[in-house]
Amino acid sequence: MKLLRDTSLIFQRQAQLLLRNPVWILVGVFQPVMYLLLFAPLLKPALQVNSNAEAYEIFVPGLLVLLAIFGGLFQGFGLIAELRAGVIERSRVTPVSRLALLLGRSLRDVVSLIAQAVIITLLALLFDLRVFIGNLLLAYLMLALISLMTSALSYGIALVVKSEDALAPLMNTVAQPVLLLSGILLPLTFAPGWLQGIADWNPFSWAVNGTRALFRGDLGAPDVWQGLLIMAVLALLAVLWAAREFSRSVR
Amino acid sequence: MIETRGLRKSFKSRQGREKKTIEAVRGVDLDVAEGEIFGFLGPNGAGKTTTLRMLATLIEPDGGSATIAGADLRADPGEVRRRIGYVAQGGSTWDGSTAREELVLQARLYGVSKADARARTAQVLEAFQLSEYADRKCQTYSGGQRRRVDIALGIIHEPKVVFLDEPTTGLDPQSRAHMWDEVRRLRAEGMTVFITTHYLDEADALCDRISIMDNGEIVASGTPSELKREISGDVVRVGLAPGSISAAAQALNAYKIETYDDSVRLFVEDGAVAIPQILRALDAADVPLGGIELRRPSLDDVFLTKTGRSLRES
Ligand SMILES: Nc1ncnc2c1ncn2[C@@H]1O[C@H](COP(=O)(O)OP(=O)(O)OP(=O)(O)O)[C@@H](O)[C@H]1O
Ligand SMILES: [Mg+2]
Repeated sequence: MKLLRDTSLIFQRQAQLLLRNPVWILVGVFQPVMYLLLFAPLLKPALQVNSNAEAYEIFVPGLLVLLAIFGGLFQGFGLIAELRAGVIERSRVTPVSRLALLLGRSLRDVVSLIAQAVIITLLALLFDLRVFIGNLLLAYLMLALISLMTSALSYGIALVVKSEDALAPLMNTVAQPVLLLSGILLPLTFAPGWLQGIADWNPFSWAVNGTRALFRGDLGAPDVWQGLLIMAVLALLAVLWAAREFSRSVR
Repeated sequence: MIETRGLRKSFKSRQGREKKTIEAVRGVDLDVAEGEIFGFLGPNGAGKTTTLRMLATLIEPDGGSATIAGADLRADPGEVRRRIGYVAQGGSTWDGSTAREELVLQARLYGVSKADARARTAQVLEAFQLSEYADRKCQTYSGGQRRRVDIALGIIHEPKVVFLDEPTTGLDPQSRAHMWDEVRRLRAEGMTVFITTHYLDEADALCDRISIMDNGEIVASGTPSELKREISGDVVRVGLAPGSISAAAQALNAYKIETYDDSVRLFVEDGAVAIPQILRALDAADVPLGGIELRRPSLDDVFLTKTGRSLRES
């Protein structure tokens, strides 16, 4: 009960500050739209598929997962600014739940990601993408879990390293192999066996495969429940770890 | 209201390859009575903030015990948090929020209902003369206004004890005097105020009792006048031209002496007897005199006799 109340307090505060910053909203919407418009002409020939709709079925889920990963991973920078301003310390002297300090922030990130995802999906519908609403909602669940995990991870790391200078290279080092080895932008179907072997160890490639299956309308594919399960477990672990960092001493 | 025994904290830090342990606080015993303005006086790096952060449950002590407002720091930090307020040295406001938003949120984090948080916020804004700016973003505030918001945030939930870490550093004399009034008002409302400072006049004028901290240890405690009485005798300050300090120190080496850029300070039994002797000694050594002044010991003199250093220099 207290956790719920505290979480919603932090969430409201963070959401309010976000909405107050129109620049962020513009960038958050503009960027994916550019991807969609500028990548679109390349898609059909590159993926060797017959129709635009088919190309978007492959590309849009990848784009959404990409946004979920990166949107989450870079939230730590905002937290470092808060650390520096003394806002975190101010929260930590109150009896507020430490888990709520994390969850309120991460949920804000999840909600803003889903809002982005909805905009992109609607736009893609204009380009002949077709997806069942039930499958779409499951895909959004996958995205929510991904962004919950990456944002919690990013907050936890921010609390450990405490400086932008350390966080930036760290996040890039994590993000790069994750991105290259997950088949996010292009599926790994045509990749050599060894590359696919490595990708199997990348949890995000399971998430991408699951999301693609959902956009294909293939609800029964094992990729779907496997991806969801892997992401749920990792999100839980990331949240528990990051919440512990919030309750430990931070300078 | 606050009782600590043997509170200790050390930090491990790395300088290049070398690992070093900094003993920031080495065994602090404190007793602060209810309704007191208690001052923690010490130079930079003395360990004031570290002690305060331990008492505010922000860092865990390596050793020792503390009871704050009846709650045990080690056994029940949650209860300590409910009973205290803490205002950090570096401030705590978010540039993009307004003072009113910050105060309402802070009250709600302490579990206060929405309506009560709003009412209490209006009351505190009024008391701290912030109502006029309450709905402007914090980034537009002056240093003094910002500091008042910080303190308002620390007492929004009406704690029994409030810790203020250097509340007046960086403020102009007028804002400082204003802040002293705020602190006295908090005490009048029944709060126990624990304040750190490195201003001597502040410790002297504002605090009922002080502890002087140096290098992680408390070197003296008492009321300001008690501490000053402990040093028997007088202080003679001799003003000099900058070039003649060393010559003067040479000529006066029979006395307990402290040298400064443009003067020396001598600790003597009886000023009236000592001054003619001092003048003769300087005359004999041909040291030109800028001025001479006799006064009662100050807190700085207390610090000097306890630590061998002057607080003004460090
Ligand atoms: N997180 C930390 N890691 C390493 N060393 C620290 C840490 N915090 C404090 N110290 C060291 O502990 C010592 C005491 O610091 P502290 O901040 O308590 O001093 P202070 O009395 O508050 O000084 P000031 O008047 O400058 O605020 C200093 O030497 C400081 O460098
Ligand atoms: Mg300090």
